[in-house]
Amino acid sequence: MTLLKSREAILALAILLLLAVVATRFPAFVAPANLARVFTDTSPLIILALGQMVVILTKCIDLSVAANLALAGMIAAMMNGAGVPLPLILLVVIALGAALGAVNGLMVWQLGIPSIVVTLGTMTIYRGTIFLLTDGKWINAHQMTDAFKAFPRAVVLGLPVMGWIAVAVIAGFAVLVNRTALGRAFYAVGGNPHAAVYTGISVGRTQCAAFVISGALAGFAGYLWVARYAVAYVDIAGGFELDVVAACVIGGIAIAGGAGSVAGCVMGALFLGIVKNALPVVGISPFWQMAISGSAILIAIAFNARRSGPQGRIILKHAEHRA
Amino acid sequence: MVNKGTPLVELKDISISFGGIKAVDHVSVDLYPGEVVGLLGHNGAGKSTLIKCLSGAYRADSGEVWINGEKVEISNPRDARSHNIETIYQTLALADNLDAASNLFLGRELVGPGGFLDDAAMEAETRKIMGRLNPNFRKFNVPVSALSGGQRQSVAIARAVYFNAKILIMDEPTAALSHKEIHELYDLVEKLKAQGKAILFISHKFDEIFRIADRWTVFRDGQFIGTGQMADVTEAALVQMMVGRAVDQIYPKRPARIGRPVLTVSGYGHPTEFEDIGFTLHQGEILGFYGLVGAGRSEVMQALFGITRPSKGACRVGDEIRVIRTTAQAVEAGIVYVPEDRGKQGAVKGLPIFQNVTLPSLARTSRAGFLRLAEEFKLAREYTQRLDLRAASLDQDVGLLSGGNQQKVVIAKWLATKPRVIILDEPTKGIDIGSKAAVHDFMSELAAEGLAVIMVSSEIPEVLGMSDRVIVMREGRIAAEFAGAAMTPENLVRAAVGITGEAA
Amino acid sequence: MTQAAPPMTGRQIPDRLVSPAKRALRSWEALLLLVGVAIFVANSFASPYFLDPWNLSDASFNFTEKALIAFAMAMLIIAGEIDLSVASIIALASTVMGAAMVAGLPVPALVALGLLTGLACGAFNGLLVAGFGLPSIVVTIGTMSLFRGISYILLGDGAFTGYPEGLAWFGQGYVWWVFSFELVLFAVMAVVFGLLLHRTNFGRMVYAIGNNATAARFSGIRVDRVRFILFLLTGLTSGIAAVCLTSRLGSTRPSIATGWELEVVTMVVLGGVSILGGSGSIPGVVIAALVMGLVTFGLGLLNVPGIVMSIIIGALLIGVIALPRLWKMVRK
Repeated sequence: MTLLKSREAILALAILLLLAVVATRFPAFVAPANLARVFTDTSPLIILALGQMVVILTKCIDLSVAANLALAGMIAAMMNGAGVPLPLILLVVIALGAALGAVNGLMVWQLGIPSIVVTLGTMTIYRGTIFLLTDGKWINAHQMTDAFKAFPRAVVLGLPVMGWIAVAVIAGFAVLVNRTALGRAFYAVGGNPHAAVYTGISVGRTQCAAFVISGALAGFAGYLWVARYAVAYVDIAGGFELDVVAACVIGGIAIAGGAGSVAGCVMGALFLGIVKNALPVVGISPFWQMAISGSAILIAIAFNARRSGPQGRIILKHAEHRA
Repeated sequence: MVNKGTPLVELKDISISFGGIKAVDHVSVDLYPGEVVGLLGHNGAGKSTLIKCLSGAYRADSGEVWINGEKVEISNPRDARSHNIETIYQTLALADNLDAASNLFLGRELVGPGGFLDDAAMEAETRKIMGRLNPNFRKFNVPVSALSGGQRQSVAIARAVYFNAKILIMDEPTAALSHKEIHELYDLVEKLKAQGKAILFISHKFDEIFRIADRWTVFRDGQFIGTGQMADVTEAALVQMMVGRAVDQIYPKRPARIGRPVLTVSGYGHPTEFEDIGFTLHQGEILGFYGLVGAGRSEVMQALFGITRPSKGACRVGDEIRVIRTTAQAVEAGIVYVPEDRGKQGAVKGLPIFQNVTLPSLARTSRAGFLRLAEEFKLAREYTQRLDLRAASLDQDVGLLSGGNQQKVVIAKWLATKPRVIILDEPTKGIDIGSKAAVHDFMSELAAEGLAVIMVSSEIPEVLGMSDRVIVMREGRIAAEFAGAAMTPENLVRAAVGITGEAA
Repeated sequence: MTQAAPPMTGRQIPDRLVSPAKRALRSWEALLLLVGVAIFVANSFASPYFLDPWNLSDASFNFTEKALIAFAMAMLIIAGEIDLSVASIIALASTVMGAAMVAGLPVPALVALGLLTGLACGAFNGLLVAGFGLPSIVVTIGTMSLFRGISYILLGDGAFTGYPEGLAWFGQGYVWWVFSFELVLFAVMAVVFGLLLHRTNFGRMVYAIGNNATAARFSGIRVDRVRFILFLLTGLTSGIAAVCLTSRLGSTRPSIATGWELEVVTMVVLGGVSILGGSGSIPGVVIAALVMGLVTFGLGLLNVPGIVMSIIIGALLIGVIALPRLWKMVRK
């Protein structure tokens, strides 16, 4: 546990260092208001990364989250156009996202198809469905009601609702992962599936639950995304699934399952969000972002591997003292 | 032990088959409170399948399970639990990434108000029960991956006891334990027995069965052979029931002509695993390596085979100094290794038998890097026949073979490379007595042909029966070496546990 | 053998119980081939333009480049690894070619640089995975961003255009009649990779590693060397694909070949390669490439938009794996 904590501490240090470097040249970047803006901007990534985290904890991966987000976002925009009230829209997108996640989860659980194959397939299917629904047409800002667009942007206590939602999701996950039986099951299934089965935990059902959670969050984020950017079309959040996985990897979520924490995951997402927002401020072309994020992933995995790499058995007495 | 009253468990006329093959064939077993029943039989005899039927991992095709005089249905692990049945599996069913308390309560977490986990209560309970079962246990807040085999086992047993299991199934529980830990386990079993628990104890080791079982039950080829009180049976009789025919001579060691030195190891050391390892191995010799589990024997052998790298020392094969850093270099030098962990390190399951055999010999069977299947079949046929392999065909998946036959494939694989030194690490662990005899026989034959053999084994009869010379290791060092008349069980055990005075 | 009775010893084990031909008939590849033929027949009825050799030849461009990578990817996945950075390698290789063109280098140098960039990227992945023992899926998610990221740094939202005439042949030229350079290259590479995987020691080692890497290592195989070479191969084939694609498009943008890694993996999995490693074949991948090409082409003739085709490909991917399992479940 100390090892995990130190991993998160190092990530936190890296983030602080990053902020410090930016602040030496542009102090305004670390002003509370701007940090709130950066946090809000990173909210969808945080929300999706947390959903992805529980999926990865159970030894799976969900590549369909961005497509799920786009489909749910489009449905939200269309319902808005049809005059459906916002609370109902929220309910529907969350249910829809959960259902799309359940499709993934059921195929993993009941048919035993590897998750990477399932979600690779559903990712194209979900996104393609948007096209079938809309014929490729965009829904633009002027076709959305003000209430629809305003909700995530409404500022409460200095932070837009979208940011507060991210805060709530983080808090919810902290409880889910650390303080509930389901959270424990996520770790057990990823750590040793045989042990999980033996203790009466169904591996498939737990994995399915992770997909449903990931899907529901993606659906919810779909509304947030469309409302915030005030546009919906087939390709929104294209390739975003990789940012989500990247945030998890940087946050120290082990791709082999069973290890990782909410704090790490959130910081992984924040790291990417801060880089993205800081680049234009310090005058580096935003085109650098992709390469930086790639390098961060590689550094993170190299770092994690070095810490958890296999050592020899400790048999010699004096070696025991040294270790 | 008198078996009166209602049995706690009765398995009646159970049959289970896989793909048309009967793994368990009309078997009945009963178990009374406060007794330990030793379940005997070689691999494939159906023991594991039968207990999985009791633990809810498999469902019987026919037959009935009665608990406390009532007929019950056990179709999943949860059902088994609700009938107070707990299984301590061979590969301990713990989640490595979680700590002792989380494992103990896994799937049955204590929850506080609001339905949230009550970690503090769970840890307190864990400390309480561990204090009762294993007072030396200290490692509470670390992942169980950091615990020793014995510590992990005590967590698993604590879990069973805590949840008030009345029926405990132990599947080879001592396989991963040290000498001291095994004795601690015996004490624990006595305690549980005194509390009226019924224990089904599966083991390949006779001394263990005689030490703790009250009653024996033997299976062979999926069928029930017999049951009776331990007091009324001899080792020889049990062996005969398991084999089905009299085995007059288990260790067919033939006198061999010891020739020139083949392998000379000097000053081998590794930062954490072993130190000052030096010995000489001769042509035609079988050199036994004895020691407690975790004494560093396998580690030395894996260093010789290029799996790990020694930090100091030298190795001479024949007249040449060899630096062995990869397995490929070891094979090139003529050193081959039959690993203890057959499932993970031995046979490549998924590949057919003949491809397993030719895997290290491809350079010989191929031409210019291109495969020649006819040559491969020829080579595979030659060596599998020599080892008396039982298989349907040579292009059958090796994973479908029994443990003993997989072992034969691994040995055939190495013999096909025409090695100078063959290292066998626990070559007969967990394989049936028939295959065991075949492996011993063959080892003897190889030595007679002039091959140099190293045999790592934890079974004293095997070590004494097969070796020309024995090296005993303790805590990563060579503790002693015995030959001839000095090769006695007492000497081996004393050297292994480090006693200089009275025998253990 | 001292004690066992004579009939027990050295009993003859037959080499095979099922002949290779019979096994092939019952294989995944046979089933897929059947699907391919069915689609072919359906297409030829659906559109009068389908059977035109030139149309078919044109259609081949939509899968040949991806298939080249799929051959190497199939071997990599059989060995239990994966390379998600292939499309990004194309982007980087194409960008390097563009930069070389701007610097005034001749066509052979452009091609060589494209291939070398591919090899270098493959070597980088291979070093991280085989050398440092990092998991390939996350390593290549990282290099996927890194390689394309470098492309973005060099090009931004710009593009390299105006490639010399000589380069055009690789993506637009014909060797003979309707057989384009790419189609011929596809056929040649299919044979080369088929031989490599199914007829050489190297191929055998790939299967051994994919089924059980530890046991392969314990059998004296240089597992890391094999893995490294496999990454070199995916790098190299991505480099080749970059040359073809750059030549065909006549321009380079950093977004070139976006999403191809998933199409390549789909092609490989559709071809019957187990995503968990250990089994699969090159003929399977060849048939999968043809099936995907036929579906795309046939639907294109019917004016079905590209994104709908991707739905069908996605459904095909899941369907071909799910249906046999569903069937098994229903029967039980």
